[in-house]
Amino acid sequence: MRANVSKYELVTPASLADALKLCAGGHKPFAGGTDLMVLFESGKLPPGRYVSLWGLSELRGITADDAHITLGALTTYSDVRVNAVIAKEHPNLCAAAKETGALAIQNRGTLGGNIANASPAADSPPALLVAGAEIELRSLAGTRWVAYDGFHTGYKQTLMQAGELITRVRIPRASDRVSYYRKVGTRKAQAISKVCVAASAKVKAGVLSDLRIALGSVGPVPLRCKHTEAVLVTRVIDAQAIKEARDAVQKDIAPIDDIRSTREYRLTVAQNLVAELALRFVAS
Amino acid sequence: MIVGTKIPRKEGLQKVTGAARYVDDIVFPDMLHGVTVRSTAPRGKIKAIHFAPSIRWNEFTVITAKDIPGKNYVALITYDQPFLADTVINHPEEPVVLLAHHDKHVLEEARRAVTIEVEALPPVLTIEESLAKTQIVWGQDNSPHENIFKEYTVVKGDVAAAFARQDVSLFEAEYATGAQEQLYIENNGMIATYSAQDGVTVWGSMQCPYYVHKGLLPLFALGDDKVRVIQTETGGGFGGKEEYPTLLAGHAALLAMKAGKPVKMIYDRQEDMAATTKRHPSKTRVKSAVTKDGDLVGLDIDFVIDGGAYNTLSPVVLSRGTIHSAGPYHTPNVRVHSRAVATNSPPHGAFRGFGAPQSIFALERHLDEVARKMALDPVALRKRNFIRQGETTATSQTIREPVDLAAVLDKALAAADYDAKKKRFLAMNPSSVVKRGIGFATFMHGAGFTGSGEKTLASVVGVEALANGHVRVLAASTEIGQGTNTVFAQIVSDTLALPYDMIDVAQPDTRDVPNSGPTVASRTCMVVGKLVQSAAIGLEQTLVNAGDYKHGAGADAFAAACAKYIAKHGSLKCYSQYQQPANVEWDDKKYQGDAYATYAWAAYVAEVSVDMATYEIRCDDFVAAQEIGRVVHPVLAEGQIEGGVAQGIGYAIYEKVVWKEGRMANGQMTNYIMPTSADAPPIRVLFDEQPSPHGPFGAKGIGELPMDGPAPAILNAIAMALDVSPRAIPFLPEDLMALVKK
Repeated sequence: MRANVSKYELVTPASLADALKLCAGGHKPFAGGTDLMVLFESGKLPPGRYVSLWGLSELRGITADDAHITLGALTTYSDVRVNAVIAKEHPNLCAAAKETGALAIQNRGTLGGNIANASPAADSPPALLVAGAEIELRSLAGTRWVAYDGFHTGYKQTLMQAGELITRVRIPRASDRVSYYRKVGTRKAQAISKVCVAASAKVKAGVLSDLRIALGSVGPVPLRCKHTEAVLVTRVIDAQAIKEARDAVQKDIAPIDDIRSTREYRLTVAQNLVAELALRFVAS
Repeated sequence: MIVGTKIPRKEGLQKVTGAARYVDDIVFPDMLHGVTVRSTAPRGKIKAIHFAPSIRWNEFTVITAKDIPGKNYVALITYDQPFLADTVINHPEEPVVLLAHHDKHVLEEARRAVTIEVEALPPVLTIEESLAKTQIVWGQDNSPHENIFKEYTVVKGDVAAAFARQDVSLFEAEYATGAQEQLYIENNGMIATYSAQDGVTVWGSMQCPYYVHKGLLPLFALGDDKVRVIQTETGGGFGGKEEYPTLLAGHAALLAMKAGKPVKMIYDRQEDMAATTKRHPSKTRVKSAVTKDGDLVGLDIDFVIDGGAYNTLSPVVLSRGTIHSAGPYHTPNVRVHSRAVATNSPPHGAFRGFGAPQSIFALERHLDEVARKMALDPVALRKRNFIRQGETTATSQTIREPVDLAAVLDKALAAADYDAKKKRFLAMNPSSVVKRGIGFATFMHGAGFTGSGEKTLASVVGVEALANGHVRVLAASTEIGQGTNTVFAQIVSDTLALPYDMIDVAQPDTRDVPNSGPTVASRTCMVVGKLVQSAAIGLEQTLVNAGDYKHGAGADAFAAACAKYIAKHGSLKCYSQYQQPANVEWDDKKYQGDAYATYAWAAYVAEVSVDMATYEIRCDDFVAAQEIGRVVHPVLAEGQIEGGVAQGIGYAIYEKVVWKEGRMANGQMTNYIMPTSADAPPIRVLFDEQPSPHGPFGAKGIGELPMDGPAPAILNAIAMALDVSPRAIPFLPEDLMALVKK
């Protein structure tokens, strides 16, 4: 381990109220640790004061009312995987949870942590974008809900203010939608995505409406592909539509070369998968 | 007979219960931890070393090249690699400063507080740059050999005449292979102590205790008996613990000597991946001359490997790659020209297969391309040219033992349902987004050291009987997960007709065991195992000659005879030393003759699918058929093959070392993609057994063999599925996309 342990403080608060006080004082949140422990091991986690959220039962659990499914920020991937309501209405989110890390990571990694870590390559953000998620941010100053679309403002940057914690995530109830999720990783499991696509739509007589497509690993933030969506709705999906959608993908995303893949590959695969999902949706 | 049965492995219980002690489990009183500070530039001159004032340096033991009591070189084939860089930097992970402290967390902060100021020089980072001599980075002597560690030429027959024949078609293409990390489970690690009385003692994870011993003698200018090397339980090696541990042992021992306390150095995965050896990248240009019926009448091969910054074992790796480059084919006219070149990356080193996977990849891909271009059946093309008993290899070695590689290939193809699948895939692929392919490779792998290597090593093995009749094998050959302890015990058990439980294998410790040679080159079971057997026979003969025992009299009689002998003489040990068999001859100058005492022969079949939406490649099914002489332990043997195939799948389509300025940029398991069990296909392992006189009970070498076949078999399957000619590995989805979009 390359970190100097003595340079870190990790406080376990008794309640959410205590945690918020600590955050207000500059403690940084530490949830499941599946991202931060990797940095810690390699000596790259900034030394300082952290607050462990893991024991805060207020931040756990999945509930549903007529309008929303609400997930506590500490909901783990394992919790999401097996939730019947989510599986029925937002299968993309379950698929994303299954694709994340391995079982041990899924037991420990949290939805709130995944959002706050703000990696453009994370598996659940495309599914959350497509689901129309909202994020509850809480601090000593109060509570606010923000749309998840637009939450990520730049590479590793978010709307979160100092002292704020992600406390809940809610997604609208959904029905009669078709879904598509595909993670293109570097191997079948235990992989970081090179391209990740989530989509859902309503389909009637071979025509798509309310189409939402979101991609991960193809820009500085996980993003909705609004040009592409606009091209594919309320028309027949023919070769011309697919061609236009491919062109639109190029406008929507900004992939780069990095150690995992290339700009060219990410763009081409994103285009291929948009074509695949459109054809699959209209065939369904 | 215990040989041929799947008896539990000797140290299995300790391993599965966690009782086995690896080097990092060992703690000495008052022990310090040590770390290495490395260069950051690939090439240059050290101008200064800065120690930041934020650290209380007086609490640390600090070592630089100036502190070395003896010679500052790692004694291997040549003496070019320093233990610590003094003035010159030749690769970006070059060790410059060593630090020790009792608190390893403080130590890491200190490591970050040392800055090596380097005046950068332009580096040579690729084989092409090295051959073009854009910079001379090794062997500056104005000779043609600048930048070249080693060069071989093998000539058989008349290649020029074969290529000039009117009745042949000529083919030529270049193939490339990448570096590969060994990824043993246990990282490199050592503990060292020093005292004036006992000298230097090191404990650690290693394949070759006597390599470490040899390397430490000049470093400390100590006598043989003042350096002691002990192998601790070792979690895998794959060649990665062949030569590298000498360097780490030297570092730990330098710190221990100066500190006057034991020092432990354990690399984390990040450092292990970045700084230690990897498989040599290679380029191979293959030219072939083939008659219309498919007779391979000429092969002209130019094989180049990237040795990195220092010579290390590159000449020997090059040798094995050179000899295997012409494959298991009886080609009357062969020329192989090969070179190992210098670049400014960390030295490339031993890795399972040792040069052979590189050149075999090139030839097996090439022959598939030849078959396709000539519209010949790739199976028929191979069979037509296989070496048969009495025919010769590229080094004009006559194969004296019976060999039937065609039968091995038939067996593999039948198990893989090759013909039917190929037909089905060709019919289905045009209308499918997922294209399927099936391909194969045929190859041989020489067991034991190359050429005169075994003769030079002249390995020695001992067996010792105790008064209770237990027999201990005394050898420096290490158990690194492959089963050395078990197969040695099996061999002794059957040789002496004693129960397996009465046979032990001594912990390799240079104070107690003779030099049985390094644990490498698929030699341990075959070459060392044969010495174990002959030493055991000698031991029994001693008792028989004493008139107290006869073979097969049973454990009690044996124990009684041992007790009597030991009471009279003090101890009972018998040693055996390697003698080159009379008919094995090798000419090092001409590179002709019996390159290996014997070979294992194999045919591997791979089935793949390629998703054309994502260009993802999966290996869906695998059949590995091989003739390896007598199978000593079926479970261990199958495990070797399965593991090697998995490692070969990684080599072919997953594992890519991303280089930036000579340094590995993706040295984490998150970004260096080793296949997991989810990516591994079912692997069916088939053995043919043609007992060889060179190994105990007919066994031949097996450890490296399975690394040779998967990459060409998989790429041949991809070529079939997509009608393309991929010529470089690792072959990733990005590469496939580039090839099909062209």
